[in-house]
Amino acid sequence: MTMPGTTAAVEASGISKRFGATVALADARLTITPGSTHALVGRNGAGKSTLVSILTGLNRPDSGTLRFDGEPAPAPADRRRWRQHVACVYQKSTVIPELSVAENLFVNRHAEAVPGARSPWIRWRALRAAATDLLDEYGIAVDPARPAGDLGVEQRQLVEIARALSAGARFVILDEPTARLDADAIQRLFQRMRVLATAGVTLLFISHHLHEVFDVCDTVTVMRDARWVLTAPVSEIGRDALVDAMTGEGAGSIAPPSRQPITGTAPAVLDVHRLDLPGGYHDVTLTVRAGEIVGVTGSGSSGKVALAETVAGLRRAAAGTVRVRDVPVRPGSVPAALAAGIGLVPQDRHREGLVPLLSVAENATMPIGDRLGPGSVILPRRRAAVASEMVARYDIKTGDPAEPVANLSGGNAQKVVLARALSTDPDVLVLIAPTAGVDVRSKQTLLGAVRDAAAAGTGVLLISDEIDDLRHCDRVLVMFHGEVTAEFAAGWDDAALVAAMEGIR
Amino acid sequence: MTAISPAVAPPRRVVRLARFRDLALLPAILVLLLVGVLIDPVFLTATNLTNVMQQQTELALVVLAEALILISGKFDLSLESVVGLAPALAVVLVVPAAAGGFGTGWATALAVPLCLLVGAAVGAFNGLLILRLRLSAFIVTLGMLIVLRGLQIGITGGQNLFELPPSVLYLGSAVWLGLPASVWMTGLLFAAGIGVLGYLRQGRALYAIGGNVDAARAAGVRTDRVVWTVLIVGGMLAALAGLLMTGRLGSVAAAQGDGMIFTVFAAAVIGGISMDGGKGTLFGALCGVLVLGLINNILTLAGVSAQWIQAIYGLVILVALMLARLTTGKAQD
Repeated sequence: MTMPGTTAAVEASGISKRFGATVALADARLTITPGSTHALVGRNGAGKSTLVSILTGLNRPDSGTLRFDGEPAPAPADRRRWRQHVACVYQKSTVIPELSVAENLFVNRHAEAVPGARSPWIRWRALRAAATDLLDEYGIAVDPARPAGDLGVEQRQLVEIARALSAGARFVILDEPTARLDADAIQRLFQRMRVLATAGVTLLFISHHLHEVFDVCDTVTVMRDARWVLTAPVSEIGRDALVDAMTGEGAGSIAPPSRQPITGTAPAVLDVHRLDLPGGYHDVTLTVRAGEIVGVTGSGSSGKVALAETVAGLRRAAAGTVRVRDVPVRPGSVPAALAAGIGLVPQDRHREGLVPLLSVAENATMPIGDRLGPGSVILPRRRAAVASEMVARYDIKTGDPAEPVANLSGGNAQKVVLARALSTDPDVLVLIAPTAGVDVRSKQTLLGAVRDAAAAGTGVLLISDEIDDLRHCDRVLVMFHGEVTAEFAAGWDDAALVAAMEGIR
Repeated sequence: MTAISPAVAPPRRVVRLARFRDLALLPAILVLLLVGVLIDPVFLTATNLTNVMQQQTELALVVLAEALILISGKFDLSLESVVGLAPALAVVLVVPAAAGGFGTGWATALAVPLCLLVGAAVGAFNGLLILRLRLSAFIVTLGMLIVLRGLQIGITGGQNLFELPPSVLYLGSAVWLGLPASVWMTGLLFAAGIGVLGYLRQGRALYAIGGNVDAARAAGVRTDRVVWTVLIVGGMLAALAGLLMTGRLGSVAAAQGDGMIFTVFAAAVIGGISMDGGKGTLFGALCGVLVLGLINNILTLAGVSAQWIQAIYGLVILVALMLARLTTGKAQD
């Protein structure tokens, strides 16, 4: 996109990076003209974050070249030079909560707050004054003496942007800055971005919300499967073309065997009525019938995970009811949800799903301890028998059900979680991103087991943003900013679904 | 630029507030002084107060070390064993075999540098295990606490060392300008620490690391190097504390420093140092030491029987922690 005669602010070409056996980037490229606001989009796992880590010097590419304003990138250890070229406002806050805003602005470069100062001693008064000037310059109404930990998300982000610019960087990466902001704050951020762009600052904007790209960016680069796909001016690319580039229309997604439509007389097993959780989702009503697989999808801030966790008892809604087979479930209690017949495959299997040092057998049979012997006694032999049966049924690749579950690969560990969720023969199965970080073969086994459970009469609520997972669903609900905004029956069009997820209507 | 609002508060008020947080323990110290006077007129004599200060110098130096380590988000239990081992090892290397030494017969002038070197070496070794091998600081330094105590007992045969060269005794017993040298040194070291932590980039890096290590690294702080330095300095301060104790008592006891670490943590936490790192000041820590020292002195003057003093002292520490929790309104972590 470089005009003849101008030097690109950032020029990365032929960037490749492998982490072990995983190819994180293959021949990625990015060229940004000075003063432009460039969008980087792609679905999860497309390689955006790896590219950012290379642009900021935190990772070295295996091959390829990176230039800032025509100069080669600094040596990896020279953090000072890197900071003069590029700054990044990460999704995760990098302020130090105990220190004041003023000090956060000048952390580890206190001397720069006072130009010309020779002594190494910090002059706090001058530093505070410099911080006040800096905040005023960017119109950020924050008291520099306040501890940074007291600031809200929006203010922290502004402080980080001001810090980035004050270090001398004219190129700033904003990594999903809108993910945790509300609509008004997003508009204020965009206003600021426009002002910065006018002042000659080059911005790289990463977002999962395509409408924001059209709002605020000049050019867009799309990545898919660790590769560069296209770079085009935003004004010349249509929304559909952008979505097509991101999803890679027809790119080897195997259509699953079609499902028998469930009969109209199947009873509702899960009834969610006007559920409401401030900051999560708003006024959600849905029904899952016996044998039905209902998908729920949406972006990271759509509230889909919070909704699923509420149904499973991990969270407590502010209002509304959850019923299983017409019996109300006591809210906010996992044991109550289990007793009511709701099984859960949680979002993070490492954190919430498994006890890594316990055996496969113990993990898989955790909720059915009462069925493995008289009273509270667990008979090891009976447990081993039940576990072996699960290992066979769900095709869990383990040498011995007695080995620690930590030894299993991601896909097999997830099968253990699923086996456990199904061990109680639940009426309702809730799965949150069940195929995240799982290889293709295991995905098929997992989703096959889910289909089998549905065929046996379980109602399934499948939360996922993987389109291939959602193909197994009888219908898919799309959530956006906490509300169900669309519903698709099986046989939906990919582009329409992705557009709905990204909030383009 | 957009939307400039004049919401920026005048800095002066905030400075006062920050100071106020630092001075939170001063009222407690004043109350203790008052109680002391009421209990026994001897309390307010120069001799008694000098004694209180001199007795607290060793604790204060170890608290200084621990505060630095806690602020940078780490942990060191082994300091109390350094208090005993460092002077013991230095002494056996310089005294003749007849006095319990190794018979190496090194110059007695080397005793003080050797002592500090032992402290530095222990800190460096802890750093190796914690930073290079990524072991838990708690378990590493707990192990070192036991190992170092055992080393001291092994080296000295479990005996106290009495025949000490004057160079070892000097710092803990000398009087400079009417005050014990140990009080001067402790005061100067705290002043230096307050200066470095408050006014040097390298000192502020401790708060940055303890507060958010990823952010510190992103800002270009060499986090491992800083923490390693802090652990080494901590070891040296503990060794110096041991040297002062040796000089004051005229011997190296086999159990020198034994059990001290609990009081150290109590003083640091009462003084507002967070166990989670990144929070607290050295001035606060020093106030914590003074509070504990005064309480100890008052209990003695009040004639509390020696059998009960430990239980009451522990109880007072718990009450002080509860009061600190109530007055600051923040959870102690």
